Amino acid sequence: MHPFVLWFHKLGSPPYFHRLAGRFLPWLYALALLAGAMGLYGGLVIAPADYQQGDAFRMIYVHVPCAYMSLFAYALMAANSFVALVWRIKLSETLAMASAPIGAAFTFIALVTGSLWGKPMWGTWWTWDARLTSELVLLFLYLGVIGLHHAIEDARQAARAAAFLALIGIVNLPIVHYSVLWWNTLHQGQTLATAKISPSMAWPLLSMIFATQVYFFASLLARARATLLALEAGKDWVRQIALTQKVDAHG
Amino acid sequence: MTPTRKRRLIAVGLILLAVGVAAALTVTALSQNMTYLFSPTEALAGKAPPGASFKLGGIVLEKSIRRDPASLKVDFIVSDRFKQIPVEYTGILPDLFREGQSIVATGKMQGDHFAAREVLAKHDESYMPKEVKDAIDKAKAAHASEIKPKP
Repeated sequence: MHPFVLWFHKLGSPPYFHRLAGRFLPWLYALALLAGAMGLYGGLVIAPADYQQGDAFRMIYVHVPCAYMSLFAYALMAANSFVALVWRIKLSETLAMASAPIGAAFTFIALVTGSLWGKPMWGTWWTWDARLTSELVLLFLYLGVIGLHHAIEDARQAARAAAFLALIGIVNLPIVHYSVLWWNTLHQGQTLATAKISPSMAWPLLSMIFATQVYFFASLLARARATLLALEAGKDWVRQIALTQKVDAHG
Repeated sequence: MTPTRKRRLIAVGLILLAVGVAAALTVTALSQNMTYLFSPTEALAGKAPPGASFKLGGIVLEKSIRRDPASLKVDFIVSDRFKQIPVEYTGILPDLFREGQSIVATGKMQGDHFAAREVLAKHDESYMPKEVKDAIDKAKAAHASEIKPKP
């Protein structure tokens, strides 16, 4: 077997993943914190005010990273759902279901910050244009996946049923992304893809996007580890961890 | 790949394909009649629903804003650089409302003017510091005066 394929099979084993993710976690949290602090300071303090929107444009430093992550988390959830449905890999089911609440949170923040930004600039909290509506549909898709996952008793059956819904919902992703190009919307077009932002304003934004991305992975790994422990409770490797941690706690 | 997995792969693939085609058809159907706004040209050509409320989008024509000093009433002309429609509105305008700005007004036609009940400002996707914008404008003005034929 090819060494990479072998490594991939090894990664799919819960104890190996648990150990590897545990080793990565503190570094990911530290990196996210560092990049986030840098991005926020750069965006809120160093970056100059916008010629048109003044200081109100600074909402971009929270809104855009969260909106981007709402799409990224869904894509990752759908990809894992696909693997879970075809190959029935426990780790993929776990990762898919662990992405849902994080993605839903990012979607919610993107909608709220967009609304707070829209009131002073556009003059309204909400309008039913294609971008805003499709992003709201994305939130409902996440909530549907989470709800379905919790509605079924058996954990693995629940994950597969919810994975199916997650996979079907992927058709909404290109609609969210391209809505501003396909239709007349109140929401403006793409900024970063067309490089329509000054470098002095762009670097804090990129730093924030990097920070949310790393935070997402940290949060995903932490959730997946906890879920795997619950799924595999009673197995030897979990008992081992429980025992060693008890010893640690008692010093 | 085991036969079971192959069967599952084909089944999931076919379902995805079907859903994808359905979504693509819906999107194409929607893009033909899902318009968030009408431009003055479209509105004057009768494309907007007659007598019903619709959204009119365009640019606030330069030097067309007239405010009533006694009330919040304001009227201005919305243009798409081809046709223009006078708009009447009473209320508070968003911060970005000014000459040359893209706006979206909701309301209906009353005779030859558009009675708006909501005016929203639309901004573009470029962000730059004020100094950069001023420099660009200055360069543009210099360029324009250079290529203009001297009388």
